[in-house]
Amino acid sequence: MTEHVATNETILVVGGGISGMTAALEAAETGKNVVLVEKNPALGGRTSQLYRYFPKLCHPTCGLEINQRRLKNNPRIRVLTLAEVTGIEGGTGNYTVSVRVKPRYVNENCTACGECAKAVSTEVADPFNYNLGTHKAAYLPSSMAYPQRYVLDPAIIGTPEADAAKAACKYGAIELDMQEETLQVKAGAVIWATGWQPYDAAKIQPYGYGRFKNVITSVEFERLADPHGPTGGKLLRPSDGKEAKNVAFIQCAGSRDENHLRHCSRICCMASLKQTHYVREKYPEDGKSTIYYIDIRAIDRFEDFYQKVQADPSVSFIKSKVARISEDEQGNPVCWGVNTEGYKRYTTPHDLVVLAVGMEPSVKGVNIPGHIVADSSGFIEADPANGAVFGAGCASNALDVNRAVQSATAAALRAIQVVNKVAKAEA
Amino acid sequence: MSANTAMAEKYRNNFLKEIEEQVEMGDWVKMCMQCGVCSGSCPTNFQSAWEHPPQELFMMIRAGKREEVLTTTSMWNCTSCYNCIVRCPRKLPITHIMHGIAEYAHRLGVAPKMQPTRFFSGLFWKNATKTGRVNELKLSMGLYFKNGFGAGVKEGMKMKDVALGLIKAKRLNPFEILGGHTCKDQKGIQAMLKKAYEIERSRKAAKTAG
Repeated sequence: MTEHVATNETILVVGGGISGMTAALEAAETGKNVVLVEKNPALGGRTSQLYRYFPKLCHPTCGLEINQRRLKNNPRIRVLTLAEVTGIEGGTGNYTVSVRVKPRYVNENCTACGECAKAVSTEVADPFNYNLGTHKAAYLPSSMAYPQRYVLDPAIIGTPEADAAKAACKYGAIELDMQEETLQVKAGAVIWATGWQPYDAAKIQPYGYGRFKNVITSVEFERLADPHGPTGGKLLRPSDGKEAKNVAFIQCAGSRDENHLRHCSRICCMASLKQTHYVREKYPEDGKSTIYYIDIRAIDRFEDFYQKVQADPSVSFIKSKVARISEDEQGNPVCWGVNTEGYKRYTTPHDLVVLAVGMEPSVKGVNIPGHIVADSSGFIEADPANGAVFGAGCASNALDVNRAVQSATAAALRAIQVVNKVAKAEA
Repeated sequence: MSANTAMAEKYRNNFLKEIEEQVEMGDWVKMCMQCGVCSGSCPTNFQSAWEHPPQELFMMIRAGKREEVLTTTSMWNCTSCYNCIVRCPRKLPITHIMHGIAEYAHRLGVAPKMQPTRFFSGLFWKNATKTGRVNELKLSMGLYFKNGFGAGVKEGMKMKDVALGLIKAKRLNPFEILGGHTCKDQKGIQAMLKKAYEIERSRKAAKTAG
């Protein structure tokens, strides 16, 4: 990583998920200087938290690895992790952005040997696994983490644990006196790629998320299926660790609902169809999936994926949005509703209920410094009033990885045009 | 041609349009996306079992099943708990639509005559508007004797302990049977109701003409 002075010809990319990485790379590979800001300790965002992608069911490791390699080889990109934008001033072609960088307490000498983690015993919540488990307070964010460097959790700073970690490090990588700092970055254009967050399922009161342990969200299910996840890749339900063989998927959990998210989140149908593969993969003999849906929206060219799942005898489809969930004495979640095909009532127990939660733009409710035009769901619009602040990926719409990459490339092109104009004016 | 048959002609094979124009909040019916949350959330649906839950009624309206919708007892089972309205992802005022359809069926004279909710509503209205005060004794007796004298006596005997308790607590006056208490300005009440009927009629006529 080469340090360089940011100028008006620099493009600032906010968010280091698949969209932000793509936008940064596309811009840098045309010769522009880019500063990439990520609030987590590692790049990859929610894509890195998936077990598999649809439709090919390959592992995200693959696509991310290619991008990480491109990043590593490109001297025009400066990556700031644990960094958040706190203010944007100026206008098109001339922005000054304040970036607050939190201390990692680990410098570039780190070789990710893991000796510090062995020296530490304190456990803290693990947001990479959606807090389904804990990890050591000296940790590598994930096996695919870029940069491949450990992090010390602020919880142990100032305790003997931190000193033990420092003592264990053979490379002088631990700096316990690192301080938070605020940088001023100049940029001609800003690409806002802060992605999405799963809709807070606890707000869907009748589904009992938070009250019933065996009602979980689709993003949590991804972590359960992942061999690097909290259960080592076994589909075990949270209440008693029993194998979850009879799994219900509830579509539109929060999406297409005026009381929650107005928009269709697009990815959830494909995500649940994909997750039925996990159930069959883990329990080929007696795994059973039930999808409760209003209508299946297998976006784009994925109708064939849907048809294959339909042909699978272990998967049943019930055309009904579940009205409420209760819990029986064995801790099984019970789905209540009326099947639209025939209007028959059902009360069906399952081992585990997975809520296919919707995508809420991360920008919603967050005060993006400066004036931003967003739609009624909070996604950034392509509006001239936004100047040279361009939404990319899921900050601009509910998108799958494929479309997020397309959107990020488009945003990079817009940003490149702005800095080209600046360059001409300065020449 | 009576007013009602003329109207039926106007809407022939277009029941959805008829509901939209004639039923209070009926213009929401087309917004239903058949997710089924209303039916699944209905407390009466899982107990006494509606013949057609709200979601099905909406689909039947769109399919033009005029006869079946207007004569069913289903919407009369609504207890106005508002669960469906709270949960409907499209914010349909389902409770109000149910009452609207029921009222429309009643207005056309095709609602099931002896359905208890409908029967009670009629009884209550007559009872309350006659004197401007509800005569509770006559109201409950009227309901007991709905299915004939024998059944009424039986029902009355079953409830006698409750009735005695109410009398003891001075919540029920047995002398109400002789006519009962009235409001001060009975004529005023009647005039007010007459005026309200007129306004409603002219509004509905304007809607039909429009």
